[in-house]
Formats: sequence, C-alpha cells, structure tokens
Amino acid sequence: MARGECTVAVAQVSPRLGDLDTNLTIYETQARAARGLGADVLVFPELSLTGYFLKDMVSTVALRLDAPEIKRLAALTRKGGRAGPTALIAGIVEETDDYHFYNSAVYFENGAIVHVHRKAYLPTYGLFDEGRYFARGDRIRSFDSRVGRSAILICEDMWHPSTVYLAALDHAVTVFCPSTSPLRGITDDQPQDNNARYWELLNTMYAQTFSLFIVYANRVGFEDGVGFWGGSEIVDPNGVRLAKAKYYDEDVIAAQIALKTARRQRVVSPLLRDENLDLTINELLRIRGRDLEASTRTALVLPPRGAGRLPQAATAARRTGKPARRGRRAARSR
Amino acid sequence: MRPPALPAAAAEPATLRPRLPTNPPLLARIVTAFIRNEVRKVGVERVVVGLSGGVDSALSATLAAAALGPTNVLAIKMPYRTSSTESLLHADEVVARTAIQAIEVEITPQVDAYFARFSDADNMRRGNKMARERMTILYDHSARWKALVLGTSNKTELLLGYGTLYGDMASALNPIGDLYKTQVWALSEYVGVPEEVVHKQPSADLWMGQTDEAELGFGYAEVDALLYCMVDLRYSRAELHAAGFAESFVGRVADMVRNSQFKRRLPVIAKVSNRTIDRDFRYARDWGR
Repeated sequence: MARGECTVAVAQVSPRLGDLDTNLTIYETQARAARGLGADVLVFPELSLTGYFLKDMVSTVALRLDAPEIKRLAALTRKGGRAGPTALIAGIVEETDDYHFYNSAVYFENGAIVHVHRKAYLPTYGLFDEGRYFARGDRIRSFDSRVGRSAILICEDMWHPSTVYLAALDHAVTVFCPSTSPLRGITDDQPQDNNARYWELLNTMYAQTFSLFIVYANRVGFEDGVGFWGGSEIVDPNGVRLAKAKYYDEDVIAAQIALKTARRQRVVSPLLRDENLDLTINELLRIRGRDLEASTRTALVLPPRGAGRLPQAATAARRTGKPARRGRRAARSR
Repeated sequence: MRPPALPAAAAEPATLRPRLPTNPPLLARIVTAFIRNEVRKVGVERVVVGLSGGVDSALSATLAAAALGPTNVLAIKMPYRTSSTESLLHADEVVARTAIQAIEVEITPQVDAYFARFSDADNMRRGNKMARERMTILYDHSARWKALVLGTSNKTELLLGYGTLYGDMASALNPIGDLYKTQVWALSEYVGVPEEVVHKQPSADLWMGQTDEAELGFGYAEVDALLYCMVDLRYSRAELHAAGFAESFVGRVADMVRNSQFKRRLPVIAKVSNRTIDRDFRYARDWGR
C-alpha cells in the first residue's frame, strides 16, 4: 500500500460483562479475521475486554500493562508470524503501580505498546457512574501510528470539544474513538435512537471542522437491559462516511484511509493553520484567572469584586435595618 | 389600537407539550434484540408469559415469539371464575396468531379455598391474591420448562404503581417496562397484535366490569402525555401547568408516582456491615454474562 494509506477496521463486538477469558477470545478471533480482511489497524470499543457496567468488578478485571493478557494482545500485532493486524486498539481497565484504575485504550503496534490513553472525562450522571469507579486521565496526546499522527479519545471525551481541538493542534490527522454508547431516546422518523443521531452529527462535524479522520468504534449487546447502538463509522475529513456498521448488531467495518484526503481538505480550508494558539491560551488564562478568583472569593466568603458587601456588614445591616456599605473599600477594609 | 391576536398563542400548548414518540419499527428492533440477548446470555432459550387477553401481555408474547421463535414461548392462561370470556378468547387469538405454545391453569380453586377462610376480603385483596397466585404458577413453570418469566408491566403502570408487587410486577425480564401505554398500543399494532386486543378498553380483569381508566380516574393518553413531560422531560410544576395540565391532575399523579416508589425497589435492608447488598455491594445483574 502506498505511503500515507492504510486500511482501518472496527470490530463492533458484544463483550461478556466481567469475563476476560471470553472477551480475549473474541479479540483474537476478530484480530485474525481483520488480518484476513487486509486491515492494518483494528479498533475495539471502549472497555470491550471487560464489559461496561462493571461496578465493583473494576478492580477484579483490571490489568497492569505488563499482565499476561496484555502480552497476548501485543503478540497479535508482533512482526513476523503475527496472527492479527499491524496494530490494534484495546479497551481495558488499566491498573497502575499505585493501584489506580483507569478506563484506558491501548494502542499496540508491531508487538509493542505505543500509546495509552486514559479517559479524561468520566460521565457520572444519568445512567453513568464512571467517576465512582475510575481515576480520571489527565492528558490528551497525539502519537505516531501506522495511520500517521493520531490521537485516541474515549467516548465521553469526544463530548468535550476541547479534546478534539487539542488532538488536532497536536497534529493528529486521525482520531480513534473507542466508545460504549448506550441507545436511548426514541424519536419518530429516524431509523436510529437519538443518541446515535447525535454521535453521527458529532463525528461528521469534528471530521470536517478539524480536517481529520474519525474512527468511531462502538459496541453492541445489552447489559442489564441497557443496549448499545453500534453504528460504528469511519468518517473522512470531508465529513464523508467511508464505512458504516449496522445499528444494534455485531459487525465489522473497514475502510482505506488516505492521508492525502486530509491534505486536500486542509488546502481548501486551512482552518487549523489559521488557528491562533496564543489567542486561545490568553483567553483561557484570563477565564481561569477570573474563575479562580471567583472560587477563592466564595471559599473566603468574600463579596464579588466591586459590588459585594462584607458578611459582617451584611449581619450588621440585618441587625440595624440599615443598608450595608458597598464597594471595594468595604472589601479592602477586611 | 389593539394589536392583532398572535396566532402563536393558540399553538403554544402544543409546542409546550411535545408528542410522545413511538417509532414502532425502532422499538420492535430494540426490544426483540433485548429479549434474545438477555434470555440467551443466561444459558436459556425459552420464556413463560402470563397471557391475560390484554394488550400488554399480548405484546410481550408477540415480541418474544419474534425474538426466540414461537416454540420457545409458553403462554399460560390463568383465568379466575369471574374473568371475562372475551379475555380468554382474545388470549386464544394471540396464541393462534403467534403460534406460541399455550396451556391453561385456572386459579379459582386455590383462590376460593383461601378466601373461604377470609371472606371479608375486599376487591383489592382478592385482586392482589389472584395476581400473586398467577406469579407462583409462572415461576413454577419457568423451573419446569427451563425458561425465564417474561414481564408484562408497562411504564405507565409501573410509574403509577398500578400493579401488584410480587404479582404481575414480578418477572425476570420485562421488554415493555420502558414503554408508556400509548407506545404499547402503537407497537402492538405494528407487530400484529389482533386489532380487537389493541383497541379494547384496558382492564386488569380482576373483578367484573373493572376498567383501568375508571379505576384510575383518568385516561391513558392524558396521563402518558403528563408522565412523558414530568418524568422523561423533567418539566417543573410551573412548566407542566403552562403546558396545560391541571394542577390537581399533576398533583395526584405526582403523589401516585412517589407513593409507589417502594414497588420499584428491592426491600430496604438494615445496614450493619461494611458491604450491604445493593448499597456498597454493587454488581450488575448480568455479572459475568
């Protein structure tokens, strides 16, 4: 295959909850099949080695990066006699030396771990409870992969536009997104649930806005009645779907990624070139400074700048029925 | 000069009260996949379902037949002597339409034997007893037939608490528990539940002449519209009022939902250890499956 081109596949699987052995077998079967398809990179969904609603099982299915199971996965991509594709992305619970547990995606290439992304945004609302069980990742980094400069963002990470923005500014041309997205919200007149529709909007929007490839790998199956909608897709920098998996059923998709598509799109719309990093950083610093000040004031029970009144003054005012002194002088006098 | 009346004012309640979506093709697809997946992952191929002749159980049975094949669905008709003949006929029509297996186990002997000792029992006690008798029969047959008990409670009755705890509310899996009655009707039509079953007046058929809507004091279409705004869309009281729901109706329904919360939870457990079931001993039901 020409330089700057490769075939990316997504295994839209239905893992068994908390059953590492069965899920490892699923990975190996899919890896062999993907090699048969000529895939260079195979992407598995978020937490597909363990299942999603793990709750108290998190610590029992967690793997250190030197675990035998991880070595088995790495071996699938080992150069010379490998059973799988050149590279694969696995969704695991990662245990660290200091016994923290992360919702992680591991990128293996040629038998080695090249990159690990720890989910930075852990949804803890509605039906989600990740913040209760997982430690939060603290970085978004791009890395060099078989597909060129890439980044991994896990599911909810993508719902925070800053993550894709950072990946793009870190020169990613491909964003892999392993996901475990539940189906929810029925609306009339569309063949998929509303969550699926929103993700599709998001994927095409990011792909076009940042002129990059989005490889979205979602799972299917049910856990305690919650279904996952599948619909994995590979979207090019024009927002064109190169491959689309079935909704709600297991499937495998593959598409050829040609980096020249990104080049063409960036020639037409050089948005990233024109991105003003300093403007963004300066404004972020200003906003952070303001918010920090506000939270400090709250913590110290200080009035908002210029308009507040002292707690003592407020108390006095309540006592005397007279209006409290206002303004900076009052604040400074504290 | 008075400004002309805004036409939008008349349309406002409609926009404030979004229509409950039904999308029957999508619901059918999701719910049949749910049945197939949640049944087979526990190493079972079959389900048993109590078939009353009403639309809820007809829908559950029809979806199960589509998901698992009709030979893997056992419908049990469990009439009491006061059950309407029409109900039994409707149940038979569902069986004929879906080609599922069916047996009849009449509950009159055991229910009457029990109430011979407690003849003062009112309709509610009798109705609850009947629902629980049926539950024991379903669970016995689930063991006999290596099957799971399929639930038939819809979201409207689950939210209102309009069901018997450990009676008709008991099941291993419930394909229609997140569907309002309005959605049950739409999906039933789509999957081919007999028309007379879909369009008849809903009734628990626990005593003669009983109908859901007379007993509840409001219609399903009306309460579904309210519950959809109240529960799914989280409208505040003020927003519900602005959407045209009477305050007394909202208050009554909100009370019913709150007062029946116990029916939707496990029994409360007195915590004494560090790890109490369902509080800090937390596992999915599909643990390892």
